[in-house]
This record gives sequence, structure tokens and C-alpha cells, in this order.
Amino acid sequence: MSNLWPRIEPLLAKVEKPARYIGMERGAQSPDHSPGKVAWLLLYPDTYEIGLPNQGLQILYEILNERDDAVAERSYAPWGDLESLMRARCIPLFSVDTHRAANEFDVLAFNLSAELVYTNLLNLVDLAGVAVRNEDRRPTDPIIIAGGHCTFNPEPLAEYVDAFVIGEGEEVIAEITEVVGAYKRGGQSNREAVLRDLASIPGVYVPSMYDVEYDGALIKAVIPKHPDIPAVIDKRTVADLDEWPYPKNQLVPLIEVVHDRLNVELFRGCTRGCRFCQAGMITRPVRERSADQVRTMVREGIRRTGYDEVALTSLSSADFSGIDGVVAGIVNDQEGTGGVSVSLPSLRVDAFTVGIASEIQKVRRTGLTFAPEAGSWRLRQVINKLIREEDLYAAVDAAYSQGWSRMKLYFLTGLPTEMDSDTLGIAELAKNCIAIGKKHTKRASVTVSVGGFVPKPHTPFQWFGQNGIAELHRKVNMLRDDLRSNKSVQLKWHDPEASFAEGIASRGDRRVGKVIERVWRAGGTFQEWSEHFRVDRWLEACAAEGIDPDWFTTRHREADEILPWDHIAAGLHKDFLWQDWKAALQEHGLPDCRWTPCYDCGVCTDYALEHVVASAMAPAGGSQGTGQDLARGGDVPVRLVSTRPISATAGVKA
Amino acid sequence: MKGGALFPARLEYTKRGKVRFLGHRDVARNLERAFRITALPLSFSEGFNPHPKFSFGLALTVGYESDAEYLDVEFAEQIDLGALPEALTAALPDGISVTGAVWLDDRAPALQEAVVSVVWMAEVCRIDDERVDEVLLAEAIAKALASESIEFTKTRKGRSQIEDIRPLIKRLEIVHSTESNDLTNPCSGPIVMMELASKGAKPSEVLAAIGPYTSWRGIRTHQYIERDGLQCTPLQVDTRQRVAEAIAS
Repeated sequence: MSNLWPRIEPLLAKVEKPARYIGMERGAQSPDHSPGKVAWLLLYPDTYEIGLPNQGLQILYEILNERDDAVAERSYAPWGDLESLMRARCIPLFSVDTHRAANEFDVLAFNLSAELVYTNLLNLVDLAGVAVRNEDRRPTDPIIIAGGHCTFNPEPLAEYVDAFVIGEGEEVIAEITEVVGAYKRGGQSNREAVLRDLASIPGVYVPSMYDVEYDGALIKAVIPKHPDIPAVIDKRTVADLDEWPYPKNQLVPLIEVVHDRLNVELFRGCTRGCRFCQAGMITRPVRERSADQVRTMVREGIRRTGYDEVALTSLSSADFSGIDGVVAGIVNDQEGTGGVSVSLPSLRVDAFTVGIASEIQKVRRTGLTFAPEAGSWRLRQVINKLIREEDLYAAVDAAYSQGWSRMKLYFLTGLPTEMDSDTLGIAELAKNCIAIGKKHTKRASVTVSVGGFVPKPHTPFQWFGQNGIAELHRKVNMLRDDLRSNKSVQLKWHDPEASFAEGIASRGDRRVGKVIERVWRAGGTFQEWSEHFRVDRWLEACAAEGIDPDWFTTRHREADEILPWDHIAAGLHKDFLWQDWKAALQEHGLPDCRWTPCYDCGVCTDYALEHVVASAMAPAGGSQGTGQDLARGGDVPVRLVSTRPISATAGVKA
Repeated sequence: MKGGALFPARLEYTKRGKVRFLGHRDVARNLERAFRITALPLSFSEGFNPHPKFSFGLALTVGYESDAEYLDVEFAEQIDLGALPEALTAALPDGISVTGAVWLDDRAPALQEAVVSVVWMAEVCRIDDERVDEVLLAEAIAKALASESIEFTKTRKGRSQIEDIRPLIKRLEIVHSTESNDLTNPCSGPIVMMELASKGAKPSEVLAAIGPYTSWRGIRTHQYIERDGLQCTPLQVDTRQRVAEAIAS
């Protein structure tokens, strides 16, 4: 079997960051391939630095390599300089582990975490020497699979990906391995048959097994071609995170990557119910890892990797039951993890959170990031991100008083019902934060980061017509004008053109696939990188395919419209989402069901799952921390953990 | 030196194989992590962001290999230096192997200043990717060595500058001919050995200065410090014996 290294090596002297392509990370494997084993190539369709830390890919890499009947290697998108050298010399895409040609694997499995990487997926399939369209593939070609959050609307890639995994991959990859293994042993003669077998696995969607009927521009029906093919594909969910303590051997890259630290997952799912947040909606219910397992994974991970930083990851880490006790345990564990700094991505906005942050960032006090998401209380009720201004100011005051001088505030613009007064509220909040900061330090500064809102499938905002390019530019310019005179506030914004392209891919249907293919063929790879993104490629591709991009982006959908992803189920009842959309428009918030009665979104009841939460009490500290008990939000006693030793019960209401 | 007694030591390590594509800072990061994995008692700088006291020798250009890299470190206490190479190597990526360690005199000059010359073995290829004619290469080398000066236009950080490269060349000779070379690789050519002054020229620049040549692959085989007219490796000078070892030996 081929080892392409001798052909790749001479090229690496001529490219940027050649160590992206050498593998050799601590934790990397060089598995023995054999005809009896299904060979998986796990691909992240962006650069090595972005893709390597991806925890989902690393988890599957370990689980597959632990199996007797599978091997797994990894690959990432080569940067343009290497790609052109490879294409000129007919060198195919390769794995970084053993530099084996991608088309010698049985499965090419892509992680799709963002829509703008879709053109990279096509490019990598092509670079592997495999036909980009499903219909053109031969029986012996690798099977193209995709997983990750984006597959909750698989339709834009329906003609390019053989099978999609909906939901969490830990368990379903075993079933896929068995089906592909049988196909391999049987001589790989009938691709249609193996795809049909894959389609019978719960959580696996094989788009070629479905016909889509249209009524003009609308979808009339999505119909399975065979009686044994399910009409609706339910997501897969791991019930107990403690059964999956992965990654056990997190990869330690030789070069700097994003999130370059030990990552330990605290929990999956989120029931805060932020209406713009797809991740929170599709990963329900909340399943916490036990605190003991978290401690063990941190201790062993630090010992093995040599990292001096651990991130406790989840969608809202301060919500983990007894988070302060866990953090204190890590910080004070002199034997194992002493001297290790802890970071909590996705901080809640309240003083309790700042207290934890000050405890864990004793060593390196850089910046703190908060995400109020909208500039007014009215609009925050619309999006159900129920942060009161008092909470934000208390958090900011606590942070400045405890030594931070830089804050980063994240906002969305182009939200449903947003008026100019809401948008300008962003500037108002930023200025007020500066005023608070100046009381503590002359150097106080705030970075305001504004992203154009792109509605996502399986959220209450899936019916909302997003703001067009011109409207987003107008709002950003309004903020720029308002903040121009304030030197302490730095405004950053996401390219409105990119939000537009993301919108096409996010809520597109099968017809959008041809647009993506055209953008790729016109050279549009690495669309997440501003230096490679050009909106005219997307507009030209839409025009050439007779697609009206506004139909998919700025148009409001109707209640009875069949959405392109309606046959994919995240467990959320469409009725529930529609009710929540209506509640949003009436500016009604919805409480967190971890600490209040169930409002029957559908996930727990339909899938016979339950929240796995160690503490039934809401954490203290402001409106977010109290389970949105807004009447008392400001009155809740906040314990700043930095001022006294942390006890295991800190943060739990008496 | 404040904060109590420190234990400076000098390590020798290799950079061979695929890790030749790692940059200098990445090698440093990997070494730092290896020290944390092995829990060796390094001494740390004071301040808000303590970091181990590392002092590297000459940086190695990305793409080149080496059998002779050096790093000065400070330990907080005396350790068994004999066991260090194996322990540290186990925590490092393949290709980076610690091959020696000595205790260093407190007053040892820094590697950057002390090292005066380095020896390279470099594979020669032509800039047009054609095969290297060894006779022509030998002629170019002979002519270069006979010259008083060789002008070379160097590009550093986007600025080009004309320099005389001849004084930097101490030895230059073909040591391995093309006969056994891999024909599938157009970039494989004869191997030259060159001894160069420690700063001012890379093997590829020396080759470019004498003809239409360059090198994608080279190995740094030695670094030399001069003492009393003798060439010594950095592990042979400024060392000191620590008490425990003196008793043991």
C-alpha cells in the first residue's frame, strides 16, 4: 500500500507551515491496515490548525482505533500552496498519520461544524481522486460520510455526500463499521445495496434513498424510495457521558493550533433556550459528566500531555453542577495539576462567573469575554438570552475591580424584531461598560464584536428571513458612527457578505448543492477565510443555476411550509418551535427547564432520555443564574469565590 | 544570581526526520512540554507569567536536520543527569532525541556567542531541478575556495544586501557522489560537507553563491566552540562536576 511521504517530503520545503502535514502528535496512531478492517479517514475540511483540536474527530479516532475491525487516520485541508503542488504532480490527498492516499480508505468521514466549509469538502473529495457527485462514484470508491452540527440540514450536500450521521457519533460508528465491513468482505460490487443498508441504521440519512418533489419553489414532499427506508431520521444521542470518557489520549500537536490546551467536556446539551442557538437546540437534553470523571480526565490529561492549561468545555460551562468545586479542586491539586490554569469557554454574564474566572486566571489575566448578544432588554427577551443590564454591569464591575482591563462583548445584529434603537443599544452598553471600567483603571477598554445573524434549522428562528447584505452594512455603519468618538471601544464586525453566503448554505435545499459546486469550481475554497471569500462567486453561481438567493436567506417562511430539513429530527417538535417563535415575537422569555417544570420541547419524552444533572438547584448569581427568576435577579447573594476559600456548596442556594 | 543555588546544565539533542519541518519556536514548545511531562524540577523565572529559563543555541532553519543541537537550562535542584536523556526523549516527538547532558559552570558563556563554527552535510540540487553534474559542481567548489571573495545577495526580511560570503566558508568538499542517488527524486544530488562560520550563511546560500545550486536537505552534524586553539563540542567545555557525582565516580 502506498506511503506518499517520499513524494510529499520534497514539496514541504516549498510551502508555508510544513509541519501541518507531518502528523506525529503525541497520541497519534499508525494503525495496521488489513483487508479485514474497515479503514476510516476522518477529515476536517479546514486547515490543520483549525481542525486538529476538534474533539468530535479525536473521539471517533480513538474509538475506531480501539476496535478490532477498524482503523482510523486523519486528514485536513491542505493550504493552497501545497494543493497546487500536489495537483501539478498528481499526488492525491493523504492522511497525516501514515501519509496514505485518501482513496485507499473505505470511508471518508467529514466533520461539518460550519456551512462555509462545504466547498472545501467537495475540494477534498476531488483531491482524493474520488468523483464529487454521489451518482458518479464507482462501487469500489470510498463511501463519503459527514457528521457534525451542520448535518441537521444535510440537503445542500445531498448530491455530494453518500450518508450523513445525525447527532452524536460514538455509538453509530460501530454500526456503520459493521455494514461497510460486510460490503468490503463481499467484494464491493453493489454500491446501491450498501447505501441501503446504511440507510437502515438509526441516525444515518442516505439522501439518494429519497425523492424530493417540488411545488414551484416550495418543497411538496420528501419521499423514501423504498418501504424499509425511514420517512424521518432521528438523531443519535449518547445517554450517559460517563460511559464515553474520550478523548483519553488527546492529541498534542507539534505546532500551535487554535484551542491549544487540554479540553475536557463537562456536559452536552443546553436548555437555556437561546432562540438563535442551533447548538443548544439540537444537542438536548443536558447530560453532565460526573465531577469525579472530570477530575480524573483533567489529572490524567495534564500528566500525559504536558499542557499547562485545561479548558472545561460545554455550551455554558458555569452551569455545570458544582462548577466552583471542580475548578477549586483543579487549581488546588498540588500533586497532580497544580500550576495549571483553567479556562471556561462560554461564560455566563454575571458576577458569580467573574468570581470563578478570577479564581482560575490568577496566573495570566488576559481578557474576559461576555456574550449579551443583543443591545436591549426587549431584544434579549425576543432571543431568550435573559441577561439584565444590572447583571452585565455587575459582571463588568467585578471584572475591572479584580484586575482585568480588557473586556470583549459579543453581539448579533439582524435579529428578529430588531430596531435601530436595539442596535444602538449595543453602543450604549459598551459605553456604560467603559464608564464602569474607568472607575477602576484608566486603561479600561472594550472590544465589541458584532456578527450578522444567520437563522439556523431546528431553532425557533428557522422561519425568520435574515437581514440582507445592505441592511447589515447599514447597521454596522450606524454602530461605527456612534462609537467613532469613543477611543476606548473597539468595534469589530463579521463580513455581512459572508453571513449571506452562510445563509444560503444553512437553510438551503437540494437545489443549492449545484451553487456550492459552482463556487468550488470557480476556485472558492476556504470560504471561512476572509482573504479567500468573494460574495460575487456565490451570486454568479446562484444566477447560473437559476437560484434566487433571497428565497433562501431574506424570505420569512410560513407556518405550513415544508422546510428542507423537516425529515431530519432533533427531537424538537415543530409545534414547540413554532410556539417559541411566536413567543419570541411577543417578547416573552422561556425559563430553563433544568430548574423549572418541563415545557415539552419533545426531546426527553420522544427519546426516553432524561437530563443528567447533579444538582437540581439553579446556580446563584443574577438573572441567568437563577433560572430566569427575573423578579429577584439582582437580589440573589453573589459569592465571589476569590474572596474566600471555595466550598463545595458555593453557588448553591440555601 | 538570586533565589538560591541554581543548577545550570547543557543538553545536546537531535532533530531528524519529519520534525525537520518544525520551526524553532515549535521545538522550544515541545521541549518545554516534555519537561512538564517528565516533571523535571526546572527553575522558573519570576513574575506574572513564569517560564522556564531556557537558553537556546543557534536556531536551525526549518527543513534542516541536525545531530548537534544544544540547549542550556537551569534546574532548581540537583538531579540524576545520567537518566535525563532517556526520560526526556520519551516525552519528545520522534526524531528529537536528547543525546547528552552535562552540568554547566555558572560562568559559562552563552551558546550563541561561544559557538564559532558549524559543520553541515547538504544534499545539492540545481535551482532548475535538473540533475547536478558533479564535475561542474567540483569545479565550482574549487573556484570558490580559490577566490578571495564571493559576493552574494542575501535577502533578510524582504531587504536584499550584498555580502562577501567567502570568509564564512572554512571547508567545502564533495563527500558523497550521485551514483547511488534516488532517481525518482529530481531533488537528490551529491552530498557536500561544509564547515561554516556560526552566523551569516546557510548551506543553501553558500551553494547559491557558487553556482546554480541550492539545497532542500541538510544535516548539521557538529557545532564547535574554540578553546586554546582546539575545536570542542559544547558538551566538552565549561562543564563542572557536581558533588554527588564526584563521590560516586
